[in-house]
Amino acid sequence: MNIVVCIKQVPDSAEVRINPETGTLIRDGVPSIINPYDLHAIEAGLQIKKKVGGKVTVITMGPPQAESALREALSMGADEAVLLSDRAFAGADTWATAYTLSRAIKKVGADIIICGKQAIDGDTAQVGPELAEFLDIPHVAYVKKIEALKEDSIVVHRLMEEGYDVVESSLPVLITVVKEINEPRLPSLRGKLRARSAEIKKLGIKDLEVDESFVGLKGSPTQVKRIFAPELKKDRKIFEGTPEEQVQKLIEELRRLGCVL
Amino acid sequence: MRIVVKKDLCTGCETCVSSCPYTAIVIEEGRAFITEYCQLCRACLSVCPEGAIVEISEEADKVTSTSSEYRGVWVFAEQRNGKVSNVAFELLGAGRRLAQKLGVELSAVLFGATKEAAEELIKYGADRVYLAQDPGLEKFNDEPYARLLTSLINTHKPEIVLAGATPVGRSFFPRVAAALRAGLTADCTAFEIEPETRNLLQTRPAFGGNIMATIITPSRRPQMATVRPRVMKKLEPDPSRKGEIIFIKPDSIPSRTKVIDSIKEVSELTVNLQEADVIVAGGRGLGDPKGFKLIEELASLLGGAVGASRAAVDAGWISYSHQIGQTGKTVCPKLYIACGISGAVQHLVGMQSSDIIVAINKNPEAPIFNVANYGIVGDVYEIVPLLIKRIKELKGL
Repeated sequence: MNIVVCIKQVPDSAEVRINPETGTLIRDGVPSIINPYDLHAIEAGLQIKKKVGGKVTVITMGPPQAESALREALSMGADEAVLLSDRAFAGADTWATAYTLSRAIKKVGADIIICGKQAIDGDTAQVGPELAEFLDIPHVAYVKKIEALKEDSIVVHRLMEEGYDVVESSLPVLITVVKEINEPRLPSLRGKLRARSAEIKKLGIKDLEVDESFVGLKGSPTQVKRIFAPELKKDRKIFEGTPEEQVQKLIEELRRLGCVL
Repeated sequence: MRIVVKKDLCTGCETCVSSCPYTAIVIEEGRAFITEYCQLCRACLSVCPEGAIVEISEEADKVTSTSSEYRGVWVFAEQRNGKVSNVAFELLGAGRRLAQKLGVELSAVLFGATKEAAEELIKYGADRVYLAQDPGLEKFNDEPYARLLTSLINTHKPEIVLAGATPVGRSFFPRVAAALRAGLTADCTAFEIEPETRNLLQTRPAFGGNIMATIITPSRRPQMATVRPRVMKKLEPDPSRKGEIIFIKPDSIPSRTKVIDSIKEVSELTVNLQEADVIVAGGRGLGDPKGFKLIEELASLLGGAVGASRAAVDAGWISYSHQIGQTGKTVCPKLYIACGISGAVQHLVGMQSSDIIVAINKNPEAPIFNVANYGIVGDVYEIVPLLIKRIKELKGL
């Protein structure tokens, strides 16, 4: 089975801050990591391979330095890695990213495509389902369990607001996975050694059959107009006095706002 | 529009490198270069001491002529077991305001529900409801939903289409946007209209809520967005409101996925958590599971639900279904009382859009106080019983 896992290198979002005075980002020393949900996607791919055999290919679109994310995936046990990198891809939103990925995956070939449910920098959760549409294959998002996998079909549990759906799909299929699906393995020493010298296949715009007006900035329907810091609570009040007095003041405030009684 | 580095001005000082939230600037041959990770957020423009980073417009960012035939605001009304979800009414509230500003009508799209459900949408603000009744649409299924909505949009050409940022909306809306070559913005928390362009200004949190971004779709229509539940205000239902119901006869819609079963898994408690007006939550500061007895008592006095930080769940004091934060539930009640929760960013992203936040914590430096409207620095075991006592007195209990 050809298993393709899409990953993204992201800044560790818990460490990114904005300077409220200048409106600029402070990300000095913020490490780049594999998007945490994508680690679960890689693990899911490796587990499928172990069960039914096949090959796990990891793919990412990004600048040349995203190669390190691919090497990490290889060290976990992925067989092959593809880096989609070209200056023409610059400024891509989810639409153009999914389009470009779809052209590359067509080239690689896939029976099952696995993505993390979302990337922690953008938090959009859109690239997976958009990619499925571009490939004209079905998708199931928010998968927390793979119940059965046959040659031409798969049964998964899809997380919903009040529980889960059991969904059957034909293959090829794209799934996006949540953290509950598995516990990602750590790279083995042997894996690390192998990953260090493994070849990474690099694809640019010339290697893909793409409509050039659909990639990068030009191909992106959306644009970021502005970024800014979330508003801080300006009316913050820390009460003073004895515990009884503090509680009394809090209750008065909450009653004034119509929150209690 | 594009952001470029003027090579002759750049000194390679690297100031811009750390200003970029997308790791999109690298130094090559002693000069800054903007890579394909650039999202045009403009964060780098103001930081360059040499003024070497500039914005250039490549072509007119205007709505193409064919786009001007797109008019009207649509909301996708999600239903479960025939019952319209709360988020649909919230979308109608937001959609009504946008439709008014644009001087157009507000329509709702409803799949697999009854005429009565459609009438309810009219009471909540819809001028028109497109209702498709088909057994194949009663349960959510990506492909039929995406195909049908895509074809409706192609026929009627609305300029804005909104859905809830729920597992349903976030799963099938991207397929529709991909097929239509439309811009889609995820999980929005605020909307404005730019009058001269009719562009929808879509504001959303990114980086786990550390940063807000405003997104536009300048040259494509429709403009699509998913909207975070419990952020938009629904209108008061007006039973006298009139509207039109248009019945859609869908062609047989093939689907390669099939929902075999739907399992309701969560307890009533969890449901309460996301619908509750009041949440009282406990964290590591409680010290042991008995603390949740106090939390429960306060919550039930206030008619609220019980939440917890990951630390309390990991300690085994309360079940995971109560967990709030990045790996738990996202909530935005009217009142959130955090007891003994320090406020790690992973917790804050799950609750910081609550209307009123009260923090009770021993440590005055705890980050929870940064997002709180009201804070009490003190021992949970002293403050919470006092609160319970005073509320009981007020209630005459």
